[in-house]
Amino acid sequence: MPVRTRYLSLLAALLLLILFPLFGSSFYIGLLTRILILALFAMSLDLLIGYTGLVSFGHAAFFGIGGYALAICFQDAVVIHLWQALPLSLISAALAALVVGWISIRTSGIYFIMITLAFAQMFFYFFFESPRYGGDDGIFLFFKPVLMIGAEDILHLDRENNFYYFVLTSLVSSYLFLTMILRAPFGKVITAIKANEHRVLALGYPVNHYKLVSFVIAGTLAGLAGFLEGAHSGYVNPSYMSWHESGIAIAIVVLGGMGTLYGPILGAFIVVLLQDFLPSLTDHWQLLFGGIVISVALFLPHGLTSLLPQIWTLFKARKSSSVINPPESDDD
Amino acid sequence: MELSFYLVQLLNAIQYGFLLFLVASGMTLLFGIMGIINLAHGSFYMIGAYLAYWLTDITGNLWFGILLGLPIALLVGYLVERFAISFLYKRDHLYQVLLTFALILIFNELQQILWGTDVHAVAIPSFLAGSIPLTENQSYPIYRLFISAVCIVLASGMSWVIQKTRLGMMIRAGASNREMVQSLGIDVNRLFALVFSLGVALAAFAGMLASPVDSVYPGMGENVLIISFVVVVIGGTGSIKGAFVGAMLIGLVSTFGKVLLPEMASVMAYALMAIILLWRPQGLFGRRT
Amino acid sequence: MTEIILRTERLNKNFGGLIAANNISLSFERGRVHAIIGPNGAGKTTLINLLSGDLLPSDGTILFKDRDITTLPPHKISQLGIGRSYQKTNIFPTFSCYENCWVAAQSRLKTSMHFFRPAIRLRSVQERAERALDLCGLSHRSACLASAMSYGEQRQLEIGMMLATEPELLLLDEPLAGMGSEESLQVIDLLQRLAKNHTLILIEHDMDAVFAIAEQLTVMVNGRVLETGTVEQIRNSQAVQEVYLGAEEETS
Repeated sequence: MPVRTRYLSLLAALLLLILFPLFGSSFYIGLLTRILILALFAMSLDLLIGYTGLVSFGHAAFFGIGGYALAICFQDAVVIHLWQALPLSLISAALAALVVGWISIRTSGIYFIMITLAFAQMFFYFFFESPRYGGDDGIFLFFKPVLMIGAEDILHLDRENNFYYFVLTSLVSSYLFLTMILRAPFGKVITAIKANEHRVLALGYPVNHYKLVSFVIAGTLAGLAGFLEGAHSGYVNPSYMSWHESGIAIAIVVLGGMGTLYGPILGAFIVVLLQDFLPSLTDHWQLLFGGIVISVALFLPHGLTSLLPQIWTLFKARKSSSVINPPESDDD
Repeated sequence: MELSFYLVQLLNAIQYGFLLFLVASGMTLLFGIMGIINLAHGSFYMIGAYLAYWLTDITGNLWFGILLGLPIALLVGYLVERFAISFLYKRDHLYQVLLTFALILIFNELQQILWGTDVHAVAIPSFLAGSIPLTENQSYPIYRLFISAVCIVLASGMSWVIQKTRLGMMIRAGASNREMVQSLGIDVNRLFALVFSLGVALAAFAGMLASPVDSVYPGMGENVLIISFVVVVIGGTGSIKGAFVGAMLIGLVSTFGKVLLPEMASVMAYALMAIILLWRPQGLFGRRT
Repeated sequence: MTEIILRTERLNKNFGGLIAANNISLSFERGRVHAIIGPNGAGKTTLINLLSGDLLPSDGTILFKDRDITTLPPHKISQLGIGRSYQKTNIFPTFSCYENCWVAAQSRLKTSMHFFRPAIRLRSVQERAERALDLCGLSHRSACLASAMSYGEQRQLEIGMMLATEPELLLLDEPLAGMGSEESLQVIDLLQRLAKNHTLILIEHDMDAVFAIAEQLTVMVNGRVLETGTVEQIRNSQAVQEVYLGAEEETS
C-alpha cells in the first residue's frame, strides 16, 4: 500500500472523528471519547511493545497514576485548573515510570514481563488497601477541569463536545509526537534495539538509557490517558491499574497491529465495540472475546492492520480488472 | 500468649508458603525448561479448588474429590498444552502472554458456566477437623498442619525426582540449557508435555488442598498467579530451590505483614521483590544470562 | 619499536569449571594485522569477546592505549574506537542494508538522545553510512532488506556496520566464514586496504587468507597462547609445527 494512501486514509479517519459530534448523540460521543482515551493508552504501550521491544505487562500502573494524581490533589477542589492538573498528572506518571523502569530495565525477557506486572500490582494494592485514597471504592471527582486565563473561561470540559475535542487533540498530538521521535535519531536507536539489542550495545550505544527514556515517554503518555479517563468518568479507582487493564492494552496493541501507532487506535475501537456488542449476544461473552484474542495471537500475529496491504491489493486488482476487463482471462 | 500467637502466625506462613511453592514450582519449570510464560497457571489452581468442591459435594469426601479431580485436571492441562501452548514454543513471549491471558478469560467464564458465581466452602475431612490447643485460648487447626506435612512429602519427592531420576536429569539439563536438551536427542515434545502436565497437576493439587482452608470463589486463581510470579522472580527462573526459598519468604512477609503492618501487607511482598532484584536481577538462585 | 595499541596481562576466563582463556598476555602493535589461529575450542572467540567487553574476564587486565578497559561494558569499548564483527551474523534483519549501516554510523554522534530533528537530515551520519557501504562493497544493495540478502552479503554487511563506527582497532571474528571464493577475495582485498590505516586483530581458519594479510600471528591451543610472533617466527616454531601446522600439512 503506498504511503500516500495510508496518510490519506488516516486523514479521512481524522476528518470523520472531527465531524462526528455534528451527527452523533451525546451517548455515542461519550462512547467515542472512551475509545479514544483507550486508544491513546494503547498507543503509548505500542512505543514499548512495537518499537522498543519491551513487553510491559504493567502499563496500567501509569494510567492509574495519571488518574490518581488528578483525583488525590483535586478531590475537594471546586475549580480544577487544567494547567495545574495536567502537568501534575504527567509528572507523577513520568516519575513513577522512571523508578519502575530503572529497576525493570535491568532485566529482560520473561523477567521484564513479570516485574512490570508485579510493580503494577504493588501500586494496585497500595491504593486498594489505603483508606486515605478511598480503598477499592476509589475517589470521585465532581467537577471537570477548566482552562482559564485570568477570570476568562476559555475551555470548559464540562461539555461533552469540548471534552471530546480535547481528547481527540491529545490523541492526535501524541500520535504526531511519537511519529516525530521515531523519525529522530532516538527512534532509530530504539527500533534497532527491538531488532537486535546486543548489536546496538556492541555498536556503542548505552542501550539501557534508551530503553529507560522510551519507558518514561510511554509511561507519561499512559498518565495522560489516565488523566483524561479520570476527568471524563469522574472517578478513579484501583481497577485503573489492575492487571486486566494491562492485559487488555496488550490485546489492543496486538489486535490492531503493533509497531504502527495507528494499529492500536483501530484495536481500541474493535475491543470496546466488542465489549459493548458481545454481551448482547450471550452472558458468557468473555468466552467469545477470549476466543477472538487467541485466534489473533495464533493466526494474525501482526494484527488487523497487517491485512490492510492485502485488502488494498485486492481492491486495486478488482478496480483494474473492472476497468480493463481483459476478455482473454476467461480462456486461461 | 504473645509467643503462641507468633507461633500460630509462623505455622500459617509456612503453610501458605508451601501452597505457593506447589504453584510456583510448576511455573518456574515452565519458564526454565520451556521458556513459556503461562498466565493461565493460576487458573489451574482455581480449577483444582472447584473440582475438589464439586467432587467432594458428589462423593461426600475430600479424598475422593482429590483422587477423581487430579486426572481431570491433568487431562485439561494436557489438552491446553496440545491445542494452545505447543503452538507458542517458538514464538515471542508477547504472544504467550496474550494467549494465556485470553485463556484466563475463557477459564473464568467456563467456571461461571459450570459452577456459578457463588462462594463455596469445602468441609474438612472429619478426622482432620480438630485443633491442637496451644494455650488456653489459642489453638491450631490440624488440617493446616496436614497441608504442610503433605507439602513436605511432595517437596521431598520432587527433590528426589529432580536429583536422582532420568526425568530429573532432563529437567535439570533443560533448565540450565534448553538448546542442549534439544541436541541430546531427547524427545522435546514429550518432555514439554510431561513437564506442563506435572506443573498443572501441582497447581491443581494446591488448589484442592487449599479449598477447605480458603473458600472457593471465582477469580481465586489470579491472586495466587501473580504472587507466584513474584515467588518465581525472587527465586530465579528454572530453580526449584529458588521457588522454595521464594515461596517461604513471601509466605512469611505476607503473613507477618498482615499482622504487623496491615495497611501495607500486600505491597510488602512486591517491595521485597524489588529490593531483591536491585541486588540480584536474575533472582536469588537464577543464572546470570 | 612500534607503539603497542592493545595489551592483555594474564587474562583469564572460566565458565564454571571450564577454563576458556588461560593466562593470556599479548601485545598488539598499532597499524599491524595480527591474526589469531588455533583449532576449534582454542578460546579464540572467547579472547575477542573479552577484548570487546562482551565477556568480563575472571582475572587479568586489558589495556587499550595504556588505559585500563578491563571492566568496561561493550558500548564504552566501542566508543573508544574498538570495533568488532561477529562470527555469527549479527545484523538488524528487519532493516534495510543502508539502515543497518545508518544505525552503526549514528552511534558516533555524541548522543542519539535527539527527539525532534528527523534523523535523515544528519549529513555526517549519512556520509559515514554511505562510506561504509561503499567500502564493504554493498552500495548497490543499499535498499535491500538485510534478511533477504545472501549469506555472503550479510557477512559483508557485518563488516560494513563495524566500519561505519569508524574504529581504530578492528576485531574480526572469522570474517570469511561461509563466504564463496569470490566474496572471500573481495573481503581479503578490503582487509588489505583497511590494514593501511587501521590495526586489525583477526580470527581466521582460512590459512591462505591469514598468510596473505597477517604480519603477526598468535597460535592458541586449549585456552592458552602457544606461540606468538611474526609470521616467519611462527612458521619456524617447533612447537607450532608439532601441534598445529604440522598436523595440517600432513593432512594436505
